[in-house]
Amino acid sequence: MSAPLVDIRNVSHQFGQLPVLKNVSLAIDPGSYTILLGPSGSGKTTLLSILGGFVTPSEGKVFIRGADCTAVPPAKRPTTTVFQDYALFPHMSVGGNVGFGLRMQGVDGATRAAKARDALALVGLAAAFDKKPHQLSGGQRQRVALARALVIEPAVLLLDEPLGALDLKLRRQMQDELKAIQKRVGTAFIHVTHDQEEAMALADHCVVMNDGRIEDEGPPERVYARPKTRFSATFMGESTILAGTVTGVKNGIVTASTAVGPISLPGASPAGATVALAIRPEHLALGEAKRAVALGSAKVGDVVFQGSFKRVLATSTLDPALQFIAKASASATVQAGDTIAISCNAQDMILLAD
Amino acid sequence: MRAIVRLAAWLYAIAIYGFIFLPVVVLVLFSLQATSFPIPPFTGPSLRWYQAVLSDARLTSALVNSLLVAVLSSLASVTLGFLSAWGFARFVLPGSAFLRGLITLPLTVSYLIIGMGLLVLFNWAGVPKSLVAAGIGHVVINLPLCFAIIYSQMGDHQINIERAARDLGAAEWKVLLMITVPVMAPAIFAGFFLSMTFSWDEFVISFLLTRFETTLPVEIWNLLRSGLNPKTNAVGSLVFAVSIVLVVFFELTLLRRKPA
Repeated sequence: MSAPLVDIRNVSHQFGQLPVLKNVSLAIDPGSYTILLGPSGSGKTTLLSILGGFVTPSEGKVFIRGADCTAVPPAKRPTTTVFQDYALFPHMSVGGNVGFGLRMQGVDGATRAAKARDALALVGLAAAFDKKPHQLSGGQRQRVALARALVIEPAVLLLDEPLGALDLKLRRQMQDELKAIQKRVGTAFIHVTHDQEEAMALADHCVVMNDGRIEDEGPPERVYARPKTRFSATFMGESTILAGTVTGVKNGIVTASTAVGPISLPGASPAGATVALAIRPEHLALGEAKRAVALGSAKVGDVVFQGSFKRVLATSTLDPALQFIAKASASATVQAGDTIAISCNAQDMILLAD
Repeated sequence: MRAIVRLAAWLYAIAIYGFIFLPVVVLVLFSLQATSFPIPPFTGPSLRWYQAVLSDARLTSALVNSLLVAVLSSLASVTLGFLSAWGFARFVLPGSAFLRGLITLPLTVSYLIIGMGLLVLFNWAGVPKSLVAAGIGHVVINLPLCFAIIYSQMGDHQINIERAARDLGAAEWKVLLMITVPVMAPAIFAGFFLSMTFSWDEFVISFLLTRFETTLPVEIWNLLRSGLNPKTNAVGSLVFAVSIVLVVFFELTLLRRKPA
């Protein structure tokens, strides 16, 4: 594997007394699409600002292409940022906006215009060259901001919640385009979002952040199927969390006592440890003992029709603190007030240290 | 009953506008007087007194002086006001609120006090009475005004625009000149035209700080000492006309700001 394009080493940062990043290390590969996913206050935007040079971290170093960029100002580092509010220059035409970075590099007017036109064509806005930003729609401004940041060929493109201001339909459409553009230009994108669907759709590498720390990172498929922490099991998609205590470990099979009885599942954990068993909604089977591990019965609290499926919320009859989140087929007859048996397969349960 | 209320409202409106504008109307009307005294009956219209004003070398040179002082002092005020507004808006300074209050304080001090203070200071420092001294006085009164106007319009939403420019490789002075100034242009022009208006008809400071070459308001005062005649009305009307133009520019630039 090649050397990382961006290497964040032991970065910590605080605003006044408030620590926002706690010893974060992260490596980013050339040509990858990285998503920093986390709730607000998780430190993801601060990390992006540190990469962009707008914030100098209290501790730690940032290397880009092997060079120490920790204290290099934004103007002098090989990154560009697409801001959440787009930050287009309102007094310049779209062409002037896109050509601005090249103008700062001293590129002559003709070359500048040609490159700006190419960049606008790349984002599908070739016709907007002479327009002013206020004549464009939100989605179009977003594309102009993208073209403006890409035209100077940065090593890394930073996107700060770029789709946050768009409506849902446009957001999904822009998502597909962002991915396509990233594949075409081959620049590494680092994209901050709190939308886990966006993260799963776009990321090659998904970094889940919470409370100033990286909770989990890896390909989104892995992070979803096998989250490393309880937080990422509940933030990246939903999970039912079953608390338990390990009573025995034998041949790679862990047995834990839980509110719904002893459960054995593959994994490793010291005996006596408190653990959490996370189960994805689609892995819970509703109705009489359909799968190997019985999880007792539960009283259905709410059934939400979601189009292609029904989201079922149920409370265990054995432990009122245990909330099941399950996915039933759209044609399922389950109703609020029903009491149903719940089961799952041992290999679909994720063993998490608590 | 209702008709009476309406009538009263109309009368009140007419009285208020009459009170405000009648002096100006009388001034302008009798500047067009054909005979030698600006008192009824009206004998005009005639432009003879305007002709007299424009052929009076002292008045025309005072008019040019006033324009020069107004333009140059307003340029200085708006430049300094813009830079201090930018500094206060973009950087965390110790005692920022106190310093902001201090910079706008001259707005509340009477021109007479400022003029006397400057007179004493210039005397002590050996700066002779001149148009330059009066211009400096006008900067003292107009800088806080420009600062207040520009600072009020310098919101957080421009911070990301400046950041974006820096991110794309712009040096700090280029960010200021190519991004901040154009984005702030409405407030900057508004500050400039309002300063022009205030400097244009400012009397006390100019009176205290100029000697041989002086500004138009001071020259008009000289003229008035020899009694009323339609020439003073004519020059007053000219001053008024210029003020109106400046105020219109001010309103246009301020009201035209950011179509969001």
